[in-house]
Formats: sequence, structure tokens, C-alpha cells
Amino acid sequence: MRRAVIAFTAFLGGIVFLLSSPAWADGEALKGTLQNQGQPVNGVKISVAGEDGKPVGDATTGADGKWEVPVPKAGKYKVTLDQATLPKGIALKFQNRATLDVQVYEGSERNVLFALAPAGQQGGAATPASSDSSSFWDRVAQLTFEGFNLGLIIALAAMGLSLVFGTTGLTNFAHGELLTFGAMCAYFFNVVVGLPLIWAAVISVVIGGAFGYSQDRFFWGVLRRRGSSLVAMMIISIGLALFLRYVFLFFFGGEGAPYADYNAQPGIQVGPISAAPKNFIAMGIELAVLVIVGLALLKTRVGKAARAVADNPALAASSGINVDGVIRIIWTVGGAIASLAGVMLGLSQNVSFQMGFQILLLVFAGVTLGGLGTAFGALVGSIVVGLFIQLSTVVVPTELKTVGALLVLILVMLFRPQGILGRRERIG
Amino acid sequence: MDWNTIFVTTVKASIGLETVVYALAAIGVNIQFGYAGLLNFGQAAFLGVAAYGMAVTVATFHLPFWLGILIGLAATIVLAFLLGIPTLRLRADYLAIVTIAAAEIVRLVFRSVKFSSVFGGSDGRQNFSGDFFAMNPYSPGTYGIGPISFNERVTWVLTVGWVLIAIACGLVYLLMKSPWGRVLKAIREDEDAVRSLGKNVFSYKMQALVLGGVVGCLGGFLFALGQASVQPDLFSTEFTFYAYTIVILGGAARVFSPVVGAAIFWVLLVFVGNTLSEAVSAGLLPSLFTVNNIGAVRFMLVGLGLMLLLIFRPQGIFGDKREIALDAR
Repeated sequence: MRRAVIAFTAFLGGIVFLLSSPAWADGEALKGTLQNQGQPVNGVKISVAGEDGKPVGDATTGADGKWEVPVPKAGKYKVTLDQATLPKGIALKFQNRATLDVQVYEGSERNVLFALAPAGQQGGAATPASSDSSSFWDRVAQLTFEGFNLGLIIALAAMGLSLVFGTTGLTNFAHGELLTFGAMCAYFFNVVVGLPLIWAAVISVVIGGAFGYSQDRFFWGVLRRRGSSLVAMMIISIGLALFLRYVFLFFFGGEGAPYADYNAQPGIQVGPISAAPKNFIAMGIELAVLVIVGLALLKTRVGKAARAVADNPALAASSGINVDGVIRIIWTVGGAIASLAGVMLGLSQNVSFQMGFQILLLVFAGVTLGGLGTAFGALVGSIVVGLFIQLSTVVVPTELKTVGALLVLILVMLFRPQGILGRRERIG
Repeated sequence: MDWNTIFVTTVKASIGLETVVYALAAIGVNIQFGYAGLLNFGQAAFLGVAAYGMAVTVATFHLPFWLGILIGLAATIVLAFLLGIPTLRLRADYLAIVTIAAAEIVRLVFRSVKFSSVFGGSDGRQNFSGDFFAMNPYSPGTYGIGPISFNERVTWVLTVGWVLIAIACGLVYLLMKSPWGRVLKAIREDEDAVRSLGKNVFSYKMQALVLGGVVGCLGGFLFALGQASVQPDLFSTEFTFYAYTIVILGGAARVFSPVVGAAIFWVLLVFVGNTLSEAVSAGLLPSLFTVNNIGAVRFMLVGLGLMLLLIFRPQGIFGDKREIALDAR
């Protein structure tokens, strides 16, 4: 069961990787990375034939599991994995998927994915075994764990987004790029400079805070003083998001890449839950940060001022709170914890230029579910969203799990637009 | 630097398929955002359901082309109602979040493996444009002036596209001169005032959303027919953002500004893209720029342009500053 889950998550990771890499290179080619439980599989022969069955070329996977076959032109190709060359103990997850029909488009490299699993565990490993109720509950426990993992990351991002909305009224579509920024910083210091990931993460959180601070100091604060309207600022944030995303693409490239550390950690088993140790530690850090931020909001002067400003900026200003100073602190802390969320997200999936944008809608779902503008609402809403996404895979196909969360977002708008913890007020 | 190629492709871009598609999408956005003040960030989904409605009817179920067009239109109207009923009573930013979420739902369903027998997964659908090109009155050959010419298929698509744009612009002009259009603009300025005059604001907003969606969906049909294929990722949220950029560039709440905006947008995009890639291959740029990452630069410029426009000239090229729905409500 455990191995099957790992194989399955590796398969999912492969899909995410496949979906997130855009057409980027010049020549048409078919390529892929063969992995079993996160470990590359080498020496496997893969052959490519045209639609008419004429062979085009073949390749053998290298030590990193990668293979690539250039093809002469765009069109349909048949890709076949030679099952006899698979190492002992590893088999195709779906026996009928040894030959895949794929379409290669003009000027693009096409990723082809073969899902592998330990021999004897192929086929329905990913579907709940209805005959065996204990394995069903194991699966629910595992998914609950993964849901918390995702929910905590969303919560880190959502806190900043929600507080910025509460204090300035800005619906910031560029918040996802703060996450990407954090992950990219950590990647730079970890992979390019060569620092251990933990130090890279610390540096990235500091830089993320500075990035948040300077965004408010030199951009949003200036716009607020000019009296830009909220809708204008929302569209400006879309422009900023587009700009930053393509800056990341420019420097980072279209392919996702993992950090240098903690890549293929063997999973450990805790009760019914199996996960790599890094996940447990990451969740611990996320929880600790959320608790600290929550306590700071409740107990410290700045935190109380922040909640007061979020509640009613004019009233807070008239009672002597420096509103601009509070907003700047919120941007700084929001940027720092968004960076942390990005680093953590990069641990559970690859670092890519779209990662922040892809999770942004889930962050919005969490924030609106909890109630726009409330800090603790965002926390609760995000964890509910994370749990819902992972647990919904019991009934819906995994590729559609986000759809369920977004549908819930729309339903919340319909029936309780103020969210779980939000106060009822005029919103229409 | 091959200035001739750059010049030819740029001029072709000013009337090409992308310009036509984005102009129609932007005319729809202009009705919704420019005139009615609705922040619909799901315009890509309207084009998507229309294109897929037609493509799936013809390619998957082998039904006639015109029935496909009807189903595409019906799907667009149904989507507008589905989106509008829960959200049109809400504040502008809520509408924005919900419509963007809906657009992602539509795209994810189109590209899912689960429904790939219907929608074709991430490869989408092909083989549905035969009936459309069978109506092509142009005989094979190229049409145009010198190097700036298109083959008979593209010419046919562009002819239909520009006729549709003309009809849509005429429709918008007449509607916005009518009492209906004045009510719509009044809703944009002050919803409560209009409500106090006894108008059904919700119904007017819904009509604007449906109308904008239907005009946009014509662009969806043309996009699918012009490329002879539909793929889910054509209808990503960035499509909607580009349509907004076009409306704001031209100037919101003006009849022709989406068309002019689309032409300028694509001319700039193609010109900058071609010039940069020519400059890279001629070795004129620092080695930081490569053939692979040069494409990102022009989209950086789109984002930068959108920001600068809204900060320094929110009324765009032709707009009137008093007529822009940028106040939150």
C-alpha cells in the first residue's frame, strides 16, 4: 500500500511536470524521465515509430532516467516501452499502456510518461479497494495528512493575502508570484550557490520579506497615495503578475527543477500514514510559523493594530494608529511567509515559474471560504480547502481535484459570501 | 537583421487571425467591463465552451456543422447564466475571483483524461472544420498585395472574421445609443441610483454578461476554425488578461477601441518578438538573451504595459477618463 501510494504520487508528480512544461524548444522531439518511486530507472529501451508504423528512432534511458528521441516533424507518433528491458521487480503500472499514441506539435518537445510500479502492484493500486475496508481508511488517513500538508502551505500564502486585502482592499493577483519568488530564491541559493537548503530557505524568507516591503514602499504605497481606485489596482496587480511570471520564465526557463537536497527521501511509516521525513518537518515548520503569526496578531501591539486596521482603517487611523506603518509591516511579513510557502511548495513539487500562479486560485478559495480580510478565517478556510482537495480524490479523478475546490468557492459565494468567520455585511 | 520579414509578418499580424479573435473577445469584454462595469475574468471560458461546443458536436458526435455552431452558442449562454446568477449580486472583486475560477474549471475539464473520449484531453479536437472550408468562395491561390498575402483558407477565415467584427461593432454602437445602453452605463456609474429608479439592475447586468459572452464566443468559433483544431490551453486565464489589456489599451467604453487595441497589441507583440529573435540570431544582444528565453521578453512587456497604462493613462488611447468603471463597488 505504502509503496503503491509513493508510486502513485510519483506518477502524479510526473503529470504535474508534464502539464507545467510549455512548448519551449526548437526542434520537435519526444522525451521523458522514467522513474519508479522517485528513483530514476536506467537502461530501458524506448522506441518511437511514425503513425504508419515506420520506426523513427529509439533511445535508452540514462542514469538519470532521462530519454529523448528527436522526430523529423510534427505529427502523431507511437512510443513503445520495451518491457523486457525493465529492471527486475519493476513493471508498467498499466500493462495496456506499453505503447502510447502521442501528438507532437510544431516546434515543441513532447513529454511522454510511462507510469511504473513495483511488480505485483500494478493496475488498480491507486483506486480504493472497496472489499478491504481497512485499506480504505488507511487511504483516507493518508489523504487527510496530505490535505493538511497542502492546506498549511495554502494557509501561509493566504494569511498575507487576506491581511493585505483587509488593510488596503487590494485583491492582489500578484500574490502567487511572491511564492514563486521565494521558491526561486531558495533554488538559486541551494542549487546555483550550493548552500544547504535550510540556509537557502532562511535567506529566501528574508529576501521575500524585503521584496514585500519594497513592493509596498515603492509601488502599492505610491499608488495608494495617488488615489488609484481598487479596481485599477486589481488590474495593475494582474499586470505585475504577468510581468513577474515572465521574468521568472526568462531567468529560470520553462522546465521545472527540484532542489539539490532532500530529493528522493525514502518514506517512513507513522501509523497508517507514509511520507518522506521532509514532509513532517515542513509541516512542523509551517505550523510553528502559523502559530507564531497568529499569536503575534493576538498578543502584540503591532498585531492588534494590524487587526484594527484590517477591520476599519479610518477608525484605526483616528485612534492614533500609524496605518501606513502597519500596512508596510503586513506587506513585509506577508512577503516573508509567502516566500516560506513557496519554498515548502517547491519541496513537494518541482520549482517552476508557474507554481505560484497555479496555487493562487486555491489561495483565493481558502481566503474567500474563511472570509476575505480576516486572518484566522484565511487559516481555517485554507486548511479546509487543502483537506477537501486531497480527500475529494476518493471519489473524483485526481486530475479534477482542483475543480472540486473551485466549485466549492463558487458555492460559498452563492450561499455565504462572507465566508466561515467573516462578519455579515453588505457585499453586493 | 532581416527587416523585410519583420515588416511583412508585422503587417500581416495587424489583420491576422489572432487580431480577429482577440478583437471579438475584447468587444465582449468591452460590453461587460467598459459599458456595464462587470469584471468578468472568465472571458476565455466563453470562447472555450463555444469552440469546444462546435468542435465536439462535429468531431466527436459527427453531427452537422451548423448544429455545432448552435450548440456552441447555447453553451455560451448557459455558462453566462451559471456564472451570473451567483455572482452578479456581489461586489466587483468577488465577481472577478469567481469568473477566473470558473474559467479554470472549464479548462481543467476540457483537458482531463477522464473526459478525453469527448473533449480529447490535452490534444483537443481536430477534423471539424471541413464544412466551413467547403463554403469557401475563394478559389485556391494567394490573395493580397505583394508579400503581404494569405492563402485561400486564411483569406476565407479573415473575411468571415472581419465581417463579424463589423457586425459586432455596429451592434454595440446601436445598443449603446439606445435607452438600454444608457441604463447599462448608468449601472456602471451608480448601481443604487438606477435601482431607485425602478430598473431591474440584476437583469440588465445579466443581459450584458450574456451579450458580451456571445460576441466573444464568435471569436472562439473563429479561433477553432482558423487553426482547424481546439486545445484546452488556448483558453487559459492569460487569454482573458490579454483581452483586458487590449480593451484598456484602446480605451474602455468606445465602440472601435477593442478592434484598434487588438491590432496594436498584436502588431507590437509580433514586431517586438520578431525583432528580438532576429537580433539574437544576429548576435546583437548580450549573451543573457537566447533563442529560448527571448519569447518571455515580449510577455514581460505586456505585463509592464498593462501596469503603466493603468497608472498613467487608464482611459487608454481613445477613452474618456470620466467613462471608466474603475471605482470599486
